[in-house]
Amino acid sequence: MSTEAAWIVLGATSVLCFSVKLLGYYIPEGWLAHPRLQRVNALVPIALLSALVVAEGLVTKTHVVLDHRLAGLAVALAALFAKAPFPVVVASAAITSALVYHLH
Amino acid sequence: MTCVGPTVVRFSRATAAPPQPLIRLGKNEGVTTAPRETSRDALSVAFTVGTYGVAFGAAGIAAGFSVLQTCLFSLLTFTGASQFAAVGVMAAGGGAASAVAAATMLGTRNALYGLQMAPLVRATGVKRVAAAHLTIDESTGVALAQTPRGTHAMRRGFWLTGAGVYLFWNLFTLLGALGAKALGNPASWGLDAAVPAAFLGLLWPRLTTTFLRVVALSSMVFALLVTSWLPAGLPIIASVLVAVVCGWRER
Repeated sequence: MSTEAAWIVLGATSVLCFSVKLLGYYIPEGWLAHPRLQRVNALVPIALLSALVVAEGLVTKTHVVLDHRLAGLAVALAALFAKAPFPVVVASAAITSALVYHLH
Repeated sequence: MTCVGPTVVRFSRATAAPPQPLIRLGKNEGVTTAPRETSRDALSVAFTVGTYGVAFGAAGIAAGFSVLQTCLFSLLTFTGASQFAAVGVMAAGGGAASAVAAATMLGTRNALYGLQMAPLVRATGVKRVAAAHLTIDESTGVALAQTPRGTHAMRRGFWLTGAGVYLFWNLFTLLGALGAKALGNPASWGLDAAVPAAFLGLLWPRLTTTFLRVVALSSMVFALLVTSWLPAGLPIIASVLVAVVCGWRER
């Protein structure tokens, strides 16, 4: 990633995310009341976060690559099933992945 | 700053909030209702969620952002899932446009929160700008959870949670970024697995029904299937199609 790209992403993300927040304070309530819009909007975070799990955990560039990250992700999944808190989930994944990375 | 962990109060994010009886309240009404409990709720949520900033700080560095840029994300963007998405797409080799689009789409729910908080905070000018910036999952969630305690408690819950998360989230982002910078190679310390694990942790508490779990699994399969066909980063954006298809019809 170039330095320019990093600043562009930072600037554009910050401006757009703030604009969206501010929008909520100005738009009339009826505008977002359409049931279809609300249903889709409620599902967008789930779809995006799911895709991000896959893109970050199982993909390198444009190829599916199963490596040490998968081991970390599997442990994270187990931790979530065991109702572990968020920091434990993330830390256990990192430790597992690092171990597999070095042992491999 | 997304619904992570057990401390975050559940509330309906998609349905429009029932209008609170704001108009009939005088300015002195409700002032005496349990401010201590509200403050305690707000601060415990703020601290717990704020500590997750460590994970974002590390993710920013792992993606190739500088410590300054990573901290500016938390100061200026200040909406957790969007921040993770922006650095996550870049880490996956995606383009700037994909990163910004994913982050913005994840942030659209904040507009719905603002819609619900606007009649509550009734702020103008600079105060409204501040309220908008602090409008996130947690501040909205704590505010709505205070409904039985009255309008004053709701307003206090909103401001205290928003300001508290802002403080701790930024503090822990800095710590995470500095820590990750000191560690060096992200894979060597498992940071490349910590990022997808963080996404999984953000996703998990949202999967409250079978339908939502099916949507999540479908999105994962879809993203995997289109990975070889689309440039890096685009499968993430394309997954919104799954949300559109699944949400199109009433169930």
